[in-house]
Amino acid sequence: MGMTSALAAQFGQMLLVLALAPALTGVTRKMKARLQRRIGPPIFQPYRDLRRLFGKDVVLAENSSWLFRVAPYLIFAATWVAAALVPTFQTGLLFSWAGDLIAIVALLGAARFVQAVAALDTGTSFGGIGASREVMIASLAEPAMIMVVFTVALVAGSTQLSTIAAFMADMGGLRVSLAMALVALVIVALAENARIPVDNPSTHLEVTMVHEAMVLEYSGRHLAMIELAASLKLLLYISIIACIFFPFGLITDGAGPPAHAISLAFYLLKVIIASLLLATLETVIAKMRVFRVPNLLGIALMLGLLGTLLLFVSGGM
Amino acid sequence: MSPLAFDIAHMFAGGLVLVSFMMLYQDRLLPLINVLSLHSLLLALSVAWQAQIQNKPDLYVTAVIALGFKSIVIPMALRRMVVRMELHREIEVAVGTGLTMLLGIGLVALSMDLMLRVTAGASPLVREDVALALSVVLLGLLMMVTRRNAVSQVIGFMSIENGLILAGTGARGMPLVVEISVAFSVLIAFIVIGIFLFRIRERFDTVDLQALDRFRGERR
Repeated sequence: MGMTSALAAQFGQMLLVLALAPALTGVTRKMKARLQRRIGPPIFQPYRDLRRLFGKDVVLAENSSWLFRVAPYLIFAATWVAAALVPTFQTGLLFSWAGDLIAIVALLGAARFVQAVAALDTGTSFGGIGASREVMIASLAEPAMIMVVFTVALVAGSTQLSTIAAFMADMGGLRVSLAMALVALVIVALAENARIPVDNPSTHLEVTMVHEAMVLEYSGRHLAMIELAASLKLLLYISIIACIFFPFGLITDGAGPPAHAISLAFYLLKVIIASLLLATLETVIAKMRVFRVPNLLGIALMLGLLGTLLLFVSGGM
Repeated sequence: MSPLAFDIAHMFAGGLVLVSFMMLYQDRLLPLINVLSLHSLLLALSVAWQAQIQNKPDLYVTAVIALGFKSIVIPMALRRMVVRMELHREIEVAVGTGLTMLLGIGLVALSMDLMLRVTAGASPLVREDVALALSVVLLGLLMMVTRRNAVSQVIGFMSIENGLILAGTGARGMPLVVEISVAFSVLIAFIVIGIFLFRIRERFDTVDLQALDRFRGERR
């Protein structure tokens, strides 16, 4: 017991998110296609795409520097570490002392920085457009995310996800601030993952794309790394939302195998429900103009601020 | 009072502040009227819940007045007025939404800071009610300041009145007579404003209140 089992739990969880991330993308795509009365690619198509991409040669632009080659690995590493810090079905993991919401925001911010710089590196106009739009969106989404973190941290008295999940699980009562934080976090998640009201993940129309414009120059295993990182990021946000706002079925360290199976099933259920909701949302709303995105993110920021302010009244402080 | 009852009261009052922000954000008239309707509906729910937990049946009357007059009758009348004056396609040029929202957040912070100090000895329910009611009032004032269209100023005025009623219910309730007379005076004010709107429009061919400023000789 002790160290080895804790290590096993931590690495099991890391491998789980890695294995699950492409499936999540596949499920979302499939559901979206079905809602639009298309057949859609099979759920496991993203795995096949990744395998094919890993087998292909990399084509590099002539004027690209070492940064362009290193960036995909950095992006993937930062996102994977961030994803490993989020409790998926078990709290109290070995790394959970570092599983701080602010650390996760910082890791994702670092990944975004590297991606924007790499997009600028080749000197193509598309990369430049994508990078500038991405940074514009990020500069609004990140403060909103931090406000959400503040709200949640003020309620739970900690920024550690395990502690927050434990607190939320046995909190009886309603908090209007948390509802606002949830809406703000959903908007931020949509913006950060380049989903539909902000960016269209399946477009190649140059006037609308943000994320796709940045990765346009990548090919082969580099592209595979970036695609996998994007899937991981989506799973990460869904896990954060599930862990903070719907912490049902989470187990702590030292539970038996049956409890593990049940909580794993709970987690899968939550992810599937989230992807269904995401697909529905993307079907019913249209993409926004790029210059209206600040308004949407402004709402998220405002909700976060308001949530924090209202807490001072509700706490009876 | 149980914590859950307090939480629900807080949720309704907080929702009222949130809907005030939606009002600030919305720049088309017909959706704005829908938001006013939602605002009054939330007020009615909030007042009814307080009647329940404070054991004061007369507050139910307030809730019914809020629901009937302000959530159904006035929005319907406003909608007819807007359609008759053919304003429903206009998009209002407000002061920039972002700036207004920031000002709004500042006002909410101000009212919380102020009210939490002033009402230090009162019960938590009264404190949160009064603090949130003051924010609703200030947001309504902000709405009246930042809009140029007379109809949206009327809507701002109605939301101020909603905030006052919220404050009244929290602070041990108003006497019923006061409540009913306030409701009727609001209705009368609404009718008078409506007549004025038509007169303004007849004379100036617009309900943009800057026309009035020019008429008075300001801003030459």
